Amino acid sequence: MADEKRIATRVSYGETLVELGAEHDDFLVFDADLAAATQTAKFKAAFPDRFYNAGIAEGNMMGLAAGVATTGRVAFASTFAMFAAGRAYEQIRNSIGYPHLNVKIGATHAGISVGEDGATHQCNEDIALMRTIPGMTVVVPADDVEARAATRCAYATDGPFYLRLGRLAAPVINDPENYEFELGRAIVMREGADVTVVACGLMVAAALEAADALAVEGISAEVINMHTIKPLDGETLLASAAKTGRVVTVEEHSVIGGLGEACAAVLCEKNPVPVRRVGVRDVYGESGPALELLDKYGLNAEGIASAVREVLA
Amino acid sequence: MSDEELIQVANEVRKGVVVGTHAAKSGHPGGSLGAADIITYLYFEEMNVDPADPRRADRDRFVLSKGHCAPALYAALAERGFFPKDDLESLRHVGCHLQGHPCMNGTPGVDMSTGSLGQGVSAAVGMALSAKHWGDAYRTYCLLGDGEIEEGQVWEAAMFAGNRKLDNLCLIVDHNGLQIDGSIEEVNSAMPIADKFAAFKFHVIELADGNDMAQVRAAFEEARSVTGKPVCIVAETVKGKGVSFMEGQVGWHGKAPNDEQFEQAMAELAKEA
Repeated sequence: MADEKRIATRVSYGETLVELGAEHDDFLVFDADLAAATQTAKFKAAFPDRFYNAGIAEGNMMGLAAGVATTGRVAFASTFAMFAAGRAYEQIRNSIGYPHLNVKIGATHAGISVGEDGATHQCNEDIALMRTIPGMTVVVPADDVEARAATRCAYATDGPFYLRLGRLAAPVINDPENYEFELGRAIVMREGADVTVVACGLMVAAALEAADALAVEGISAEVINMHTIKPLDGETLLASAAKTGRVVTVEEHSVIGGLGEACAAVLCEKNPVPVRRVGVRDVYGESGPALELLDKYGLNAEGIASAVREVLA
Repeated sequence: MSDEELIQVANEVRKGVVVGTHAAKSGHPGGSLGAADIITYLYFEEMNVDPADPRRADRDRFVLSKGHCAPALYAALAERGFFPKDDLESLRHVGCHLQGHPCMNGTPGVDMSTGSLGQGVSAAVGMALSAKHWGDAYRTYCLLGDGEIEEGQVWEAAMFAGNRKLDNLCLIVDHNGLQIDGSIEEVNSAMPIADKFAAFKFHVIELADGNDMAQVRAAFEEARSVTGKPVCIVAETVKGKGVSFMEGQVGWHGKAPNDEQFEQAMAELAKEA
């Protein structure tokens, strides 16, 4: 983690849309009056005639995107995770998911790291909502490098795709030179023997930091970046759990219905091992600087390390 | 087709509605019968469609936003040759392609999966936008219920279509005055419908009798001539039209005819033919 560079995944998304726009002319980008925040404004600036603002009407935006997708084109639709997965859940489920249309939902400002805007804007439930939709792909990029690759993957993958992106600048933990994104294939970021830490999004960097701290205590933690929540890479998870016998999951999301429960379900059915879930513990967030909130809710290296000690105790 | 021929086809479509809902022992015959003339006109006169190639890129699109009137859509598609008429008897049966509400990936000729009210119209606007954006010549038609327009999403979609001047889009509001819980006035009226769509920058056509084929033709001919604005045809229809005991009866919104009622309905429709 010598690289101190930090970039919000929403920025990576916005910039990659511009790159894709230069390469392909078969897609449109929609936003719901949050283009500056979601970063689709970059696409708008580059390709003004291929950007459509639906205004503050997220349900309709999802339907517009669905309608475009029925004509054989691709549509990206962006707003905050709360108003995409939350407000427009049923439009996504019935107008995009059920007909399996090529709509790519770029949902930014996910999780508690939204910060100062507070609980109404901190969506800690979107992974849970989206992964229950049959045929929906759900990806949570960990950093700039991964977000760029995931955005390209969303464009190239057939069917509905939910991309969970963050507001907060995230440490760049992947090396763009040798990074390879494979949908549904988790990445073992660090090998270890005593415990498996499975993380996604912003929490992958925190998990690596925790692994460093635990190493000092003589605990060898394997860190897995589960960037694709659906379809979940059970194979990599099970192989690691068979080796370590202990699993800790970490997500900037409710412990209900997210990465933790997805992993727990696989483990329960195939190889029950002790599991601890780090996440938002069935509460609403609050206003405050993002980093302070992450600390308060235990979504940091210290919170992960203490869950590891607990599962090993 | 002449009006006379279209009236005959609409009568066949009505029979298909009765056959389908009777066989399904559920479904929505009332609204389906009321919309039968408009749907018939669309599939047999107005729209450019190809039963041999249901997904042809240049086809006109139809979105049944009031998806519960699927029996009428299915009967029209079968009559037009998209699939065998015998399929109508499998409506709502396990494993059949004729779902209770339209499924675009199951049924040939269905352009959008609908059923959750207020959503189909957004997809229709997206289709029209797509055509405008890429310069495609097809037109998009969308049938809404007068109860359905209580959904806020309808007005989100209308606002977008009006602001974008999507003159390749034609909405039709099936104004039969009834919804499941009663008359639209009793429940939560969206009246005045025409004024609302006009305020949302639509060219509004008030179709006094949406069960009169000559008037239906005149309305769609006018719609086709409009430029610079999307069109909304507000069509007065009679729920249950063509089956005497269903006409104007809210109770026939979502109830299937029993065997006796089936015989009577088919006998009445046979006389029409």
